[in-house]
Amino acid sequence: MSENTHLHEEPSYLVDTGKRKGILAWLTTIDHKRIALLYLWSIMVFFIVGGILGETMRTELYKPGQQFYGPQTYNAIFTLHGLIMIFLIVIPGLTVVFGNFVMPIMIGANDVAFPRLNLFTWYLYILGAAIVVVSQFTGDGPPDTGWTFYAPYSTQTPLLPWAIYATAWIQILATPVIGITLLMIIAERTFHIGFFDPALGGDPVLYQHLFWIYSHPAVYIMILPAMGVITEIIPTFCQKQIYGYKAIAISSLAIAGVGYFVWGHHMFTSGMSKEAIWLFSILTFLVAVPSAIKVFNWVATMYKGSIDLKPPLLYAIAFIFLFMIGGFTGLVQGALATDIQVHDTAFIVAHFHYIIFGGVGFAFLGAIHYWYPKMFGRMYSNRIANIAWGFLFAGFNLLYFPQFIIGLEGMPRRYFDYLPQFTTAQQISTWGGYILAIGMIIMIVNLFRKKGEKATANPWGGKTLEWTLPSPPPMENFTTPPVVPEKPYNYD
Amino acid sequence: MNTGASNFVEGVDWVFKLLFGISAFFLIVITAMMIFFVIRYNRKRHPKAVQIKDNMALEITWITIPVIIVLFLFYYGFSAFQPMIWVPKDAMKVKVIGKMWQWSFEYPGNKVADTLVLPLNRPVKLDLVSVDVIHGFSIPAFRVKEDVVPGKNNYMWFTPQQTGNFEIFCTAYCGVRHSYMGTKVRVVTPRQYDQWLASVKVASEEPGGLQVLKKNACTGCHSLDGSKLVSASFKGLYGKTETVVTNGTERKVKVDDEYITTSIYEPDKDLVSGYSKGIMKSYKGIVKEDEAKMIIEYLKTLK
Repeated sequence: MSENTHLHEEPSYLVDTGKRKGILAWLTTIDHKRIALLYLWSIMVFFIVGGILGETMRTELYKPGQQFYGPQTYNAIFTLHGLIMIFLIVIPGLTVVFGNFVMPIMIGANDVAFPRLNLFTWYLYILGAAIVVVSQFTGDGPPDTGWTFYAPYSTQTPLLPWAIYATAWIQILATPVIGITLLMIIAERTFHIGFFDPALGGDPVLYQHLFWIYSHPAVYIMILPAMGVITEIIPTFCQKQIYGYKAIAISSLAIAGVGYFVWGHHMFTSGMSKEAIWLFSILTFLVAVPSAIKVFNWVATMYKGSIDLKPPLLYAIAFIFLFMIGGFTGLVQGALATDIQVHDTAFIVAHFHYIIFGGVGFAFLGAIHYWYPKMFGRMYSNRIANIAWGFLFAGFNLLYFPQFIIGLEGMPRRYFDYLPQFTTAQQISTWGGYILAIGMIIMIVNLFRKKGEKATANPWGGKTLEWTLPSPPPMENFTTPPVVPEKPYNYD
Repeated sequence: MNTGASNFVEGVDWVFKLLFGISAFFLIVITAMMIFFVIRYNRKRHPKAVQIKDNMALEITWITIPVIIVLFLFYYGFSAFQPMIWVPKDAMKVKVIGKMWQWSFEYPGNKVADTLVLPLNRPVKLDLVSVDVIHGFSIPAFRVKEDVVPGKNNYMWFTPQQTGNFEIFCTAYCGVRHSYMGTKVRVVTPRQYDQWLASVKVASEEPGGLQVLKKNACTGCHSLDGSKLVSASFKGLYGKTETVVTNGTERKVKVDDEYITTSIYEPDKDLVSGYSKGIMKSYKGIVKEDEAKMIIEYLKTLK
């Protein structure tokens, strides 16, 4: 790739150059990199809140019976934990932080197509978050962040943009369904038009269908950008061209396509049509294939690479391992006979967290460790990052793996209290939760103590365009449009 | 786990073993490969990566193999599920009623029990009825589960194959006492079953007030034996003096006919201090006035 063509004296985007200074400059910025950081800080605050809520639940579940709060509080807390984690963090997370920061640079643009709209979505996000917090347990989720996407310009696009592009399609097509569903609920509550309430002549299963028509594709909204991040990290730390570029790009779009038609697998016990059941089962199995293809290509990329096991790669490998466990246990739910047993049990809790936290969460942490030098212009301590990773990996598995076992034994989910035979597993989970929290604290302290050495433009030897800019990049990314003479991931 | 407690256990567990076997194989092989590559091709040992061109044949191979495996897994999952749909004609019927937050079981002849008692080796069809919200009826030892949806005629069937007690859980989140909405299924010999059924009181023989309480699931929150559930127990309630909050001010009232009537129709009006508003709904139009009187008469007998 061409050498950095930038004038070095141009100030970084972190320095205020406009009329406004300090916090005002940040709140009125239309620079995609600053908006990315606005999102990063807000998401971090919400994540800490959601994480603390989760830890209180684990503490409450340490023993059978009530420990320190009652069932009403517990139910409210798991609802709020889910709302915050899913709607405020996981669904927008990777896209708004790294999609915003890296993607315009990767495709050689100076900003997103509609920068003011981009800032506006952050305000919508904060407004939605405020509504969630204020209405606490009555809200059905804040508005989804709908910042306008734009298609990649050329076939020489790195793979993260392909993943984000596929995600954008899901968001555009699936999100209206949840919007319509919310309108129907309002109509039912206000005008007593019976859609879902059997007392008014409605069908409660219809609500489940509509909810999952949105919410299952939403899971792909969450995981696709994570897969995109992993696809960026692996080639860099193996100094090797990504294996199966086309297969990976097509499998993202295949997941986005088939992902619409598998929602029924959330409802195998709802009493829906038995003919629909087998169709949903077979489609669910098929949607697993593109994910498997990605895993094979990632591992194949490592073959005969020159592997540098830096923290981002450690997170990427942990992602593949945890995502495989999440994926395989997903097959258990795709298979009809076994889904009946594990449906609505702790097994689902474990599977879901393996995908969302082990998958999306670890990819997010990998992405932070990967682009951190670019975002802030400094390095962090690799040694401490590795220690934090160790705590997170061990804590995560101790926390969620026992839930698979008690789920198989029938322990239902969303239970404030449980039978004595589940106690040992619940206690291991609680300890795992604390170890995970320690890992988080170590990681955050390591990243934000601001003592690291200055980062060079390309500390990891990456080949995508963001590494041609100084760290941190200047306000307007490229003074002259970059020339991209080769395919991405060319390490020859 | 109780292997073979119902006719579905063997088939379902075989699919579990197949799925876990295949998963463990791929998980171990792929993880071992990653660890091997990290060690073997570490930058210290292998400073220059070897660039490898995409190989179409390889891509097609690892697309085809997973497709075959998942179709095969679909088939076995479907085959073991299929028998759960078709109920044998000679199955005995029990109606399962889910209410917040209690299960009850209605046997032929209007006999109602709160434990599901079943004879060994006889197919049983459970008709699942909810009178309020969606519940989930789950017997993990039997590998069966179905949602109990208001307005829908969901069902399940199975043949119990082992005597003993097995857990029943509510698996669809249904509110405050969701995690306490459990009971047991007791599988007994056919002779014991007949004896048990003969001993169950016909619902209409119970005191009228108790029938009203059960019909409206009052006993899901208010126990009859003095134990504390969501709210105060009915035992010894009548005639007791309670501290209540009326319009924000505390006062003492004696639990009498008038107070009980108010509590049924306007539960938040004179709320016993320490309890939260909005947990109990108004039973106006649901519990009729003569029914409320029956409740009062029944509570008087609960000393």
